[in-house]
Amino acid sequence: MNRALNKTAVQATINGEPRVFLCAPGQVLAETLRDELQLTGTKIGCNTGDCGACSVLVNDRLVCSCLVLAVEVEGQSVQTVEGIAEGGVLHPVQQKLLEHGGLQCGVCTPGVVVAAKALLQANPDPTEEEARYWLAGNLCRCTGYDKIIAAVLDAARCMREGAAS
Amino acid sequence: MNAKQEFEVVGSRPVRPDGLDKVTGRARYGADLNMQDQIYGHILRSPHAHARITQIDCSQALAMPGVLAVMTGDDLPEPGGRVLGSGEGAIALRDLTPMVMSQGKVLFHAQPVAAVAATTPELAAEAAAAIVVSYDVLPGVTDFHAALAEGAPILHEDRFPDRQPKEPTNLAALITAQVGEPDTAFEQADVIVERTYSVPMCHQGYIEPHACVARVDGAGRVDLWCCTQGHFTVRAYTAAVTGLDEGNIRVTPSEIGGGFIGKTTVYLEPIAVVLSGKAGRPVKLVMDRGDVFRATGPAPGAETRVKLGATRDGRLVAADVDCLMDTGAYNGNPAGIPAFLATACYKLSDARSVGRSVYTNKPKIHAYRAPSMPQVTLAFELVVNELAAELGIDPIEFRLINAVEEGDTNMMGARYRRIGLRECLEAARDSDHYNSPLAAGAGRGVAMGYWINAGLQSSATLNVSADGHVAVLTGSPDIGGSRASMGLMAGEVLGIPLEHIHPQVVATDAIGHCDVTGGSRTTLATGQAVIEAANELVAELCRRAAAEWQVDAEAVVWSGGAAHHEQQTLTFEALAKRAGSMGGPLTVSRSLTATSAAPAFAVHICDAEVDGETGRTTITRYTAIQDAGKAIHPDYVEGQMQGGAAQGIGWALNEAYVYSDQGVLENPGFLDYRIPVASDLPNIATQIIEVANPLHPFGVRGVGEVPIVPPMPAVAQAVFDSMGVRVSHLPLNPPTLVAARNEQDNQGMG
Repeated sequence: MNRALNKTAVQATINGEPRVFLCAPGQVLAETLRDELQLTGTKIGCNTGDCGACSVLVNDRLVCSCLVLAVEVEGQSVQTVEGIAEGGVLHPVQQKLLEHGGLQCGVCTPGVVVAAKALLQANPDPTEEEARYWLAGNLCRCTGYDKIIAAVLDAARCMREGAAS
Repeated sequence: MNAKQEFEVVGSRPVRPDGLDKVTGRARYGADLNMQDQIYGHILRSPHAHARITQIDCSQALAMPGVLAVMTGDDLPEPGGRVLGSGEGAIALRDLTPMVMSQGKVLFHAQPVAAVAATTPELAAEAAAAIVVSYDVLPGVTDFHAALAEGAPILHEDRFPDRQPKEPTNLAALITAQVGEPDTAFEQADVIVERTYSVPMCHQGYIEPHACVARVDGAGRVDLWCCTQGHFTVRAYTAAVTGLDEGNIRVTPSEIGGGFIGKTTVYLEPIAVVLSGKAGRPVKLVMDRGDVFRATGPAPGAETRVKLGATRDGRLVAADVDCLMDTGAYNGNPAGIPAFLATACYKLSDARSVGRSVYTNKPKIHAYRAPSMPQVTLAFELVVNELAAELGIDPIEFRLINAVEEGDTNMMGARYRRIGLRECLEAARDSDHYNSPLAAGAGRGVAMGYWINAGLQSSATLNVSADGHVAVLTGSPDIGGSRASMGLMAGEVLGIPLEHIHPQVVATDAIGHCDVTGGSRTTLATGQAVIEAANELVAELCRRAAAEWQVDAEAVVWSGGAAHHEQQTLTFEALAKRAGSMGGPLTVSRSLTATSAAPAFAVHICDAEVDGETGRTTITRYTAIQDAGKAIHPDYVEGQMQGGAAQGIGWALNEAYVYSDQGVLENPGFLDYRIPVASDLPNIATQIIEVANPLHPFGVRGVGEVPIVPPMPAVAQAVFDSMGVRVSHLPLNPPTLVAARNEQDNQGMG
């Protein structure tokens, strides 16, 4: 059999659902999500871990899915941008990005959403500087980051107020 | 025409219509579509920066199982002398086709030489590697000064610059503009400053790499999906490069992940079409990041000499500008803008400006946001600042003395109508930022900028459904929120809820011609088509109501989303519901060539602190002020201002193409080609000035491009001010600034 056609079966939880999929041994998670699972919300901007457009959570840990082999997520839980909104209700980060105009072309937005969700899980009350450093791995060429940071800090405030009430 | 002054919904900040799809990952970008039975293309690229191709042997690749097609430059027609488009947007086919695929000679590293289509991406890559290309390697040249030197390798033996037809040289163009008698006028100057500054080649740096899928069916019809700023341009260029009929190509634009005018041409699309035609299957092509940097069109590096003279009372009397630009391997026409527009912010009746462009063994340059203007403005504005300092005049006051206003003429001969440059300068002078003291060790820079802004062709169609919703169709890809602006403009005219208005970007067959989303033209020109279509729809609704009421149409008034005559009212919803019996389906199309374009001006203020030990610059405060004419959706106007400022800051401090002696780009990735990240930047404060464009129904000016014009001189001035040292070449990265400081220390000791 041709080496390029040889694929391995992987079982993992993808956005809360048990899934089985095939991937080539050298295939990265980003490509597998997009090509095998049709989860094209995960974007590939560089394939070298520099741009953050492919950010996903593996067992709640923020990673560039272009730097993870798909076979490595066997038995793990993966959350992509498609799994961030729950039951049709947007995550506060998604809602605030919309309200603040925190996206222009929108191609970095899936990665920003996933990374910002991870930030607010780790730190519910980030300073602006903490938010800027956490999101330093998510390149955006359109916005100058201003409205993204404003949206993330506003989302944090909403989540804290929601948790308090 | 007088622009509308009072607005109901224009100027508000609703959530954009395409926002939900974009925050949930549902929006489909270039690489997100797969066609039924699709196969994959892979491009073989030149390992040499300059070589003659003596032979290409594809036989081994074609023999591999799973390989369905190969192509080379021989599969594309000879470009001949054909020119596509017109005016500033014109391009010779001989400068376009070889950027898609070389024909006989390669002029830059990573230039495409062949392509393969196979059933998997991995097989396609293996097959491309099995193509054997024989080269006669030639000496190359990547530095534009070296390219002009005697004995330099000549890229194009058959090209001669204007007015020098004897020997082929690497000089691609020489453009001179002059008003008055600058040489004589300099004699009236009390102070003259002359400096030369250079800027490196850099890239637009859009996050989404180029991608497309093409399907050619048995009857020769082409279905093409791609990320682009202009699918009508993709259709025309793909037809020209492949020799197919434009009318047989349908292009559907995907969502687009950034472009900054870099996605207003074709690289992959003609290759996918040719491979699909040969293979009989749809072909997908996705460029990798390295090839985006290596082989798409960056912005030209440039060196600009500016000489300015002023009188003691601060009046500019003469200017002399000479801008040398690197056009790369083919002509990207970068020299006209510096020649004609270098002085565009200033009242100058005596000025000369020369723009030259030079061929080098690098990818052909392409437009990047206000193309060529930032490079020349860097030098011009720094010299203005130095001149003001020598005269002891505040740099903003100096600019107020010399700023163009209504009635002035620039070197293109264009007379300004009402413009907002003075208002921007006054806002800067009165701003909290400019009146705040600087921290010890920090520096402050001010600069202003101009951009011409385009009009061009646009179309819009409004289709009304029976429940009173309206689909607003245009052919302008939405790169930064233009659907939101289209919805607001339609809503302003129609007076119906914004939730009932659905702006969409549709394929070439579904709408009249639209030029690219570029030239800061979409909200202005496509917006004007939407406004005019909505006005026509209102007129039709009033005619129908008048017929119902048996009164003159002129007696019917449209307000609040309804037709009114005395006590009678017919709402938009009622008219939509009864359309079938009142004259038929409600649909209106409007196409136009916009003549309402008006220039944009911006003033930026930058505070910066340079770490004396490491040479690292921190931007501590930044303010961007800009005349938008009318901000339709202020969030996305501010977004353009902030995004342009961030790109300019990146160009000033870090971004640069670095080539090896062999002409190989050494930093083709975001790790080594470092664009600004969130932690590099402060909040970029914005102030929108609204001096209505008198030519546009809503007073709109373009806003997208001018924000990248002032940042480089504003940042550079702040850095010089912080360090007490002047540096003549960008980027002002740590090695450059440490070297400049060491040189200063040595001179101090000497």
